Amino acid sequence: MADAPVIRVRGLVTRFGRHVVHDGLDLDVRRGEVLGVVGGSGTGKSVLLRAIVGLLRPAEGQIEVLGQSVRDTPPDAYRRLRRRWGVMFQDGALFSSLTVRQNVEAPMREQLDLPPDVMRTLAGIKVRMVGLPEDAQGKYPSELSGGMRKRAGFARAIALDPEIVFLDEPTAGLDPIGAAAFDRLIRQLRDALGLTVFLVTHDLDSLHAVCDRVAVLADRRVLAIGSIADMLDVDHPWVREYFHGPRARAAKIMPPEPA
Amino acid sequence: MSDTPPVSDRPCDVILDGDRLRLAGHLTIDALQTFDRAAAAELARRAVVIDITETDAVDTAGAWLLVALAGQGQGGRADIHGASSHQSQLIDTVRANMPPPEAGSETTGGMNDRLARLGGRIHGGAGAAVELVSFLGQVVATIGGIILHPRRLRLTSVVHHCQEVGWNAVPIVTLMSFLIGVVLAFQGAAQLSQFGAEVFVVDLIAISILRELGILLTAIIVAGRSGSAFTAAIGSMKMREEIDAMRTLGLDPVTILVVPRVLALIVMLPALGLIADVAGLLGGAVMAWVDLGVSPAAFQARLVGNTDLWHFGVGMIKAPFFALIIGIIGCYEGMKVGGNAESLGRLTSTSVVLSIFMVIVMDAMFSIFFAVVGV
Ligand SMILES: Nc1ncnc2c1ncn2[C@@H]1O[C@H](COP(=O)(O)OP(=O)(O)O)[C@@H](O)[C@H]1O
Ligand SMILES: [Mg+2]
Repeated sequence: MADAPVIRVRGLVTRFGRHVVHDGLDLDVRRGEVLGVVGGSGTGKSVLLRAIVGLLRPAEGQIEVLGQSVRDTPPDAYRRLRRRWGVMFQDGALFSSLTVRQNVEAPMREQLDLPPDVMRTLAGIKVRMVGLPEDAQGKYPSELSGGMRKRAGFARAIALDPEIVFLDEPTAGLDPIGAAAFDRLIRQLRDALGLTVFLVTHDLDSLHAVCDRVAVLADRRVLAIGSIADMLDVDHPWVREYFHGPRARAAKIMPPEPA
Repeated sequence: MSDTPPVSDRPCDVILDGDRLRLAGHLTIDALQTFDRAAAAELARRAVVIDITETDAVDTAGAWLLVALAGQGQGGRADIHGASSHQSQLIDTVRANMPPPEAGSETTGGMNDRLARLGGRIHGGAGAAVELVSFLGQVVATIGGIILHPRRLRLTSVVHHCQEVGWNAVPIVTLMSFLIGVVLAFQGAAQLSQFGAEVFVVDLIAISILRELGILLTAIIVAGRSGSAFTAAIGSMKMREEIDAMRTLGLDPVTILVVPRVLALIVMLPALGLIADVAGLLGGAVMAWVDLGVSPAAFQARLVGNTDLWHFGVGMIKAPFFALIIGIIGCYEGMKVGGNAESLGRLTSTSVVLSIFMVIVMDAMFSIFFAVVGV
């Protein structure tokens, strides 16, 4: 049981019309790890995420999360399964007419029957956990900076203490200091809450700082999966370019070239 | 963390054992739904140690409960025993993020508060009125600038909006006005025939349609149709920061978005009013013929011979003013939309209600004015 992957994808095929995004994709995510998913723009990282959480019906293939099939579960079981993960979408997807605290309360309000003061306190704890200042709780998403919106999205994703969180490019568009702080936050909450993290990112620093393993999406499948050190040996033009390029060197993934 | 399923119906048991408070079972957000916090806090007051060895799952909500109970304990801080290393890490994280002690004390009610709120509302309302007038000034100034430099006019846009607000509204305006004519003739006939004064139904219809109802009802329909569309279109652009993008590119949103809409309304509302007048008279004539036996020829003769042309003039004079009110309010409310979807909906409905209200106020003012000048 401890060795069974929490997410298991086999032979996934997704297409939009005649445009094939994934063709026979396999992926395992282990319990308690932070898996970084990388790949060029448009390689289907977000689509993969949407397929795993059941927002998008793949053409073929099996997807199991926590041992249950996402595709073929009855609605009731799916609803219970859905409570065990949290998703933070690429652009935050906060509810614009609710304050930050109400956004974090929203999943509790929908799924549980808690007294309002408890919800309020718990939401406040989550908002503070993701490092937002006290006065951010009463603000609307449009009154926040991009980085704060991402933190608020994260707080909403972990509102119900899920076992898995899916994060779609959480550090994209953040300044390097903000991004580094977000990386630390992911690690810290992973340790404190025992999360499994499915992290879509472009950010080499993030990969380096938080990911236990990296999966590379290319050619419509998972081209390689393993530690960052393993990636350096993969012989594929995109992977080579990505992990050996100047940015990789700056992120200290590669040893600096001797002058 | 653990392999136990997190969704559980198992209640969390609280047992006081000397000065030891023992918790057993699931200490999760689900358990919190049925957990009797008051009773547990009562027990915790006598506890020195909180023992969670027997709990099998603790999440953030459970950790909060533990921290809160520990705070109730003897000396204000009972010790938490029996936590696994993961659990104690979680408890420490939660403890570091507890709400500040004085939070949550909002003062409400009281006479002063209510007075302050009333004052705030009045101040806000007055501010909004001033802003609306200054927006009107801005639009008029821009239109003036365009008259001096006609090349700045977005002609394509004006034509497009003429089609939207004018041409596409013709069927509904015609039908509505025709029916109003029918209703007036029918109701009027019922009353006038008591005095044998059926033929005055022509005057009734002509004066009420030409002077008031034709243009007023057209303006109300256009406010509902186009005013709301203006607010929604400009508001959603505002929401997606398109308006800000325009400004940074040196494009003036008033010239590009507001002026074409307002001009289109000013051109099209009189035209729609004219159509409404004709349709209303037609409806009245048909009903007069069917119900009262006033032949179309007699209707026409009485209409032409007995109705002052000024009745028509009074109606038409009002049209551009109504158009200006609808256009300005629709665009202004759109510009006021903030970052969230709710404000878009709220301001769209405000825009319709306010412009209909202002149209009626304006109509009343015109009535007084025309009564004073004696037309
Ligand atoms: N709803 C959709 N309809 C059609 N094509 C889509 C849709 N969503 C994504 N795609 C296509 O799928 C591909 C992968 O998209 P996505 O997963 O968003 O890329 P990324 O890896 O950058 O997140 C892209 O080529 C995109 O055009
Ligand atoms: Mg994406």
